[in-house]
Amino acid sequence: MSTTHATAETFDRNAREALADPVLHGALRNLADSFVIRRRNAISSVDDWEGLRERARSIKDATLLHLDEYLERFTENAAKAGATIHWARDGKEACEIVLGLVGAKNAGMVVKAKTMAGEEIHLNEALEAAGIEPVETDLGEWIIQLAGETPSHIVVPAIHKTKQQIADLFVEKVGIEKTDNVDVLTQTARKILRKRFAEAQVGISGVNFGVAETGTILILENEGNIRLTTSLTKTHIAVMGIEKVIPKLADLDVFLKLLPRSGTGQRLTTYQSLITGVKNNADDIGPDELHIVMLDNGRSRMLAHPLTRQSLACIRCGACLNACPVYQQIGGHAYGSVYPGPIGAIITPQLFGLSKSKQLPYASSLCGACREVCPVKIDIPALLLHLRSEIAEGIPSGTETPTRKRGESFAFRMYSRMWSRSGTYALSMRAARLMQKFVARDGKIGKIGGMLAVLVPPLGAWTARRDAPIVAAKSFREMWREKKK
Amino acid sequence: MKVALFVTCLVDQLCPNVGMATVEVLERAGCTVTFDERQTCCGQPAFNTGYRTEAREFATRFIEIFESTDAEAIVIPSGSCTAMVKHFHEMFEGEPEWKERADRIAAKTYELSSFLINVLGVVNIGATSDGKATCHDACHGLRDLNIHDEPRLLLNNVEGLEFVEMENADVCCGFGGTFSVKYPEISAGILDNKIEMIENSGADTVVACDASCLMQIAGRLSRIGSKVKTKHIAEILASQE
Repeated sequence: MSTTHATAETFDRNAREALADPVLHGALRNLADSFVIRRRNAISSVDDWEGLRERARSIKDATLLHLDEYLERFTENAAKAGATIHWARDGKEACEIVLGLVGAKNAGMVVKAKTMAGEEIHLNEALEAAGIEPVETDLGEWIIQLAGETPSHIVVPAIHKTKQQIADLFVEKVGIEKTDNVDVLTQTARKILRKRFAEAQVGISGVNFGVAETGTILILENEGNIRLTTSLTKTHIAVMGIEKVIPKLADLDVFLKLLPRSGTGQRLTTYQSLITGVKNNADDIGPDELHIVMLDNGRSRMLAHPLTRQSLACIRCGACLNACPVYQQIGGHAYGSVYPGPIGAIITPQLFGLSKSKQLPYASSLCGACREVCPVKIDIPALLLHLRSEIAEGIPSGTETPTRKRGESFAFRMYSRMWSRSGTYALSMRAARLMQKFVARDGKIGKIGGMLAVLVPPLGAWTARRDAPIVAAKSFREMWREKKK
Repeated sequence: MKVALFVTCLVDQLCPNVGMATVEVLERAGCTVTFDERQTCCGQPAFNTGYRTEAREFATRFIEIFESTDAEAIVIPSGSCTAMVKHFHEMFEGEPEWKERADRIAAKTYELSSFLINVLGVVNIGATSDGKATCHDACHGLRDLNIHDEPRLLLNNVEGLEFVEMENADVCCGFGGTFSVKYPEISAGILDNKIEMIENSGADTVVACDASCLMQIAGRLSRIGSKVKTKHIAEILASQE
């Protein structure tokens, strides 16, 4: 079992390895084909999809602008309903709070509902280090936990695995007979997990939305494991990013139409658990204690700037991953972050530091497919450009100043000097016309290897799999001059 | 109508025939075309790689050059460079005067197919061609400028040309400017999907409104020895075979 995971710092290598993996490619192709189509069909059942997106974004914008007030209202109302509120500045604090709560119950294991915030703070590692066994109960999460991996998708954590790989994993880890029957596999998981639910004293979940007006938390799912995690246990701990708060219960009308359709192409998820505090009567079913851990972990930094603030509008639907041609090529693990894909490429650097993930903002062709599908209209390409400029111009961001790329910044300075004047521009192209004689054949440049590819890396990179065009014998401006004569 | 042509550096140097075709099409549509030889590049490579100071140089120059013309419109045979002009104002944060100048220039700048359809109201330019063509949507034209129907309308009105839609016409070709050489393997992987869709469409020609996508697509078609040709929309519209 591999315990070392790819990091964002090794993105270039991760991506190359992913591209060379034919099994991964097959899995990703299915994702692109099925989820993109399912989403398209699902949104066609809404009359005014664009209007809905606008409303969602304006609710998020208004909330984020006065986040302090809404957080106060949310936590006050949740506390009134019987929840205990904890505040965590960063992942470490959040883990300590959770460990303290689990420790107080003397629980040796906890059942976990799928939580991206939990992944973000590496809660499983923290629990394991403290001798507490975390049991993932979402089928996809359980599979990757068995495999010792991390999620490769926000919504479908095991999307990178094929049915065959999962079957082999079950044979190895839970000792079933070899099968390719999906029903047998899910029934196996169900049987094992039901037993763990019965044993568990503590359940840990994430939160999709926190309603300020009532102090309610809402969690969406399809498998029923979250319902069990949050109702069978005595203590429910919910880890909630501070950006998850929305003003009113009525706002859910907007978000519940957007999220399932964008994420899985469903009109609605199978379960929606709305949890307001703890049970009123001791005899009722449900936890005695509800703890909500409010997680900042870099989020308040993003609030400061109007451009970066929109990153916090994300409702973690995963639509941008499914639509992204880059994600479709390399999958989620290459990004080396719990948040992969286009949204990951903008929030990973903002949450965990640009210097540790400075390749990510460049891992995009800026095609804008992410912006087009985003249910809350986050302008991901604009944010990618913003982060690129912070790197290129060495602008301090958050707590650090990125180091400029010397060779590249020199090249762009030269480009700007030469090409912002028509004389030197024409001169440089005449020089290119002369030099290409050494490499051009039949009006194009084929594969360039050897020294030349080392000396002119872009030429080597381009021509590895594509022919390059040559500078024309006569430029347009020369033709124009002749025409005007 | 008097129009000022911004031909783009790519067309100027790599496919000047696209520029000549653009002039031909505009003149046939009744325009008087001017070309200011001081023009070079819109600065998009710098802007998209994060070099805003360098990109600003190109933006101010572009604005100055095109302010000096009395043409009513600036026409560009590229959705991507047109989108860049529309982004110029972002480089003038805290410079209201420049910002206003950028906005004025952006307001009269059009991509070629959009200019023909939405400004001139011309859908049939009197072009004739043969064979079967399909259309690739260049991302910035499609998503920044909302250009989708325009090239299709124009192609459908080319006499003798059969138009077929390919699957995933609106999916990126993988070019992405410097992305294509920063991550050549990913770029080529995306491109392979596009090539598959082009080949599956049964078209003998793939048309786009951007020379940059065509350079990417042609590069692979040529490498694998495909019979499919690439053509800029201006070339198809100028042809009177």
